[in-house]
Amino acid sequence: METKKTVLDIQGLKVNFDTPTGVVEAVRGVDIHVKAGETVAIVGESGSGKSQTMMAAMGLLASNGRTDGVVDYEGRNILGLSIRELNKVRGKKITMIFQEPMTSLDPLYTIGRQLAEPMVVHGGLSWKAAMAKALDLLKLVNIPEPERKINAYPYEMSGGQRQRVMIAMALANDPDVLIADEPTTALDVTTQAQILDLLADLQKRLGMAVIFITHDLGIVRQISDRVYVMKTGEVVESGKTAEIFTNPQHPYTRMLLDAEPTGSKAPVPDSAKPLLEVQKVNVEFVLDPGFLKPAHILRAVDDVSLFLRKGQTLGIVGESGSGKSTLGRAVLNLLPATGRVVYNGELITGKTRAQMQKLRRNMQLVFQDPFGSLSPRLTVGQIISEGLLVHEPSLTAKDRDDRACQALEEVSLDPSVRNRYPHEFSGGQRQRIAIARTMVLKPELVVLDEPTSALDRTIQKQIVELLRELQSAHGLTYLFISHDLAVVRAIADTVMVMKTGKVIEAGPTEDIFQNPQNAYTKKLIGAAMFTQNQLKASA
Amino acid sequence: MTRYVLGRLLAAIPTIFLIITISFFLIRIAPGGPFDLERPLEAKVMENLNKIYNLDKPLWEQYLLYLKSIVQLDFGPSFYFRDFSINELFAESLPISIQLGLSALCLALVVGGMLGVAAALRQNKPADYSIMAAATLGVTIPNFVVAPILTLLLGVWLGWLPVGGWGNGAFINKILPVITLALPQIAVVARLTRGSMIEALRSNHVRTARAYGLTSYMVVIVHALRGAILPVVSYLGPAAAALLTGSVVIETIFGIPGIGRYFVQGALNRDYTLVMGTVVVVACFVIIFNLVVDLLYALLDPRVRYD
Repeated sequence: METKKTVLDIQGLKVNFDTPTGVVEAVRGVDIHVKAGETVAIVGESGSGKSQTMMAAMGLLASNGRTDGVVDYEGRNILGLSIRELNKVRGKKITMIFQEPMTSLDPLYTIGRQLAEPMVVHGGLSWKAAMAKALDLLKLVNIPEPERKINAYPYEMSGGQRQRVMIAMALANDPDVLIADEPTTALDVTTQAQILDLLADLQKRLGMAVIFITHDLGIVRQISDRVYVMKTGEVVESGKTAEIFTNPQHPYTRMLLDAEPTGSKAPVPDSAKPLLEVQKVNVEFVLDPGFLKPAHILRAVDDVSLFLRKGQTLGIVGESGSGKSTLGRAVLNLLPATGRVVYNGELITGKTRAQMQKLRRNMQLVFQDPFGSLSPRLTVGQIISEGLLVHEPSLTAKDRDDRACQALEEVSLDPSVRNRYPHEFSGGQRQRIAIARTMVLKPELVVLDEPTSALDRTIQKQIVELLRELQSAHGLTYLFISHDLAVVRAIADTVMVMKTGKVIEAGPTEDIFQNPQNAYTKKLIGAAMFTQNQLKASA
Repeated sequence: MTRYVLGRLLAAIPTIFLIITISFFLIRIAPGGPFDLERPLEAKVMENLNKIYNLDKPLWEQYLLYLKSIVQLDFGPSFYFRDFSINELFAESLPISIQLGLSALCLALVVGGMLGVAAALRQNKPADYSIMAAATLGVTIPNFVVAPILTLLLGVWLGWLPVGGWGNGAFINKILPVITLALPQIAVVARLTRGSMIEALRSNHVRTARAYGLTSYMVVIVHALRGAILPVVSYLGPAAAALLTGSVVIETIFGIPGIGRYFVQGALNRDYTLVMGTVVVVACFVIIFNLVVDLLYALLDPRVRYD
């Protein structure tokens, strides 16, 4: 490794953004190099500048971005080249895979055409030859039915398949350097594992250098030779992967390594009163009721039953499309379902919206997306106290304000922030606000729909701890929906694994994790626990 | 595809039927009739006229008679232009209005589209601001102001272009009316294109195109514009209708023998068949253009293709 030559050498790279409120220094003098055939990981939380470093190197910054420094590729500074000159390198010798597989491909062109484009532009191939090679590439990245998929449009493919297409595109011109910007973050755990295997395998066969940008230390440990740890625009630590993991020097690195959610929840005695009983719930969606076309019925939740005592947490686990979120909404009677849902001894299935209203304050919901679920036009105080307007109309404005302050204190935010607007807060803070909004009503049951999925690991850990504290303080009952098994393990008493609307395995959390019975559960746990095992092994 | 088009055309029949029914009775509610002149006609003459044009029959019978002739694509005789049938009037004037409207539409699409793309590529720079300021002016200044100014400038002072008349469709006679008619549409298309183009240029798939070193033409035209043009395509339906009806003013100012003037004359003279004829023709155009828009949309966006 040591004798190989450096292919890409970034020296003293700075990236600044001009914004109406002043200059934002996103990257402050970063040195990163990668040698031929080497895999280098850049690790950091969101906002650490790790993506912007590579975007700057590729000339892909937003129009208000300014750069300074040197990005040396084969003895030539490619930073600040004209687009024409830069285009001789990017897409040909240095290629990139992005975080968002769903939107990185043009929805209006076929997969084959998009794969062929860079080959026509850089390789001087004819469209016909390029399409033939595109087919080979689809085979290389293991796309099923490549002959058919080459004429498919991106919307006809899953996220994992689209990311495979992106990888194929990246490999089309035999690049020297492949930059992968969080390529697996938006994918399910099992798909994530497949994509990582594919990347590792292809690198072995084709021998390009890989720069892997990620916030996931499990992935770093698995695939990289060297690591750069970035924080607020600077590289705080770098070195061989094994050394970083066994002997981290910088406190920030140590914090990252320690960021896995830990601990578990204290069990609830069997004498606790039953709060929620769900029997054989079904939810069906009617798809495509086209003209003269029979409607296709999709069974999103298929005969699911569950039982929760007061103070318990049930973790509902599954990949996207497994019906776990739909189940959460069906339990709260937010969408039409058949079956029986008994809440606190009261049958709520079939109740009208008006009949449900009194119960609503006891049954709250926290959403996945902390950016979309808070109204941008209300202050934090208004958002938190809005529910009180409905459920406790007798309160004065002063009372509501006091309650909002209390709720903010409970989620460890300064009450003075209540006059600010959501856009001024980070993802983790917004999720705290969303939790405060439910807590102000003093609910009994809270359905948490992927509350930590959009957050960094260190923030996830804090939110999990917060949720556990609130639960023990107020005797809350949680229905915790997540695809993240590490988080579920740290918070749930019992776990239910869902796949295509059915429950395929359920039981006490530790039983499921230590001794999974179902093959799919084993696969899920295998993919998810990789990180933890790796970290434990290195500790 | 053929099936889809046929289905849409069949579905248009009830719409047109409703439009005919409503406008037939609406125009009859208006006071006065086609033969009420300033100096009343003799009772005997009036009676004869009413007989000839079936106006002496009960309203429902007139309605049925009109439906019957419409089905045979006969719009009936004009009440005001005594020697002409509506079909004859339209045969002469409709092609002129269509030509005018389509030319203006094409001009609006090409010029408006280019201005919009140019503005989007220079977002928040002087060029962008100038284009958008001009577009705002284009939308706000009515065409009965623009038309005389252009005529004065290019027709009277500079003497480059004729100030009016159709000249049997000579190119030089079309320039001023087409430009005047197109100006507000150019402005709307430019604004629409700019907005969606800015969004498209920021989208992830365009970033991918840039990252793969595609040429600027491919990034901007092939990848960004095709998606960005979709909202403009949806606007084509209303735009086409606006151009056909908006030509009323333009045709009057420039003295062009299109169908525009029949809107006004027909209504003022209570020329029942003429009013009905223009309504049906415009309704058909709106329906056809909306169909064309939907087909174009499907052509551009594979996600909305019809089986």
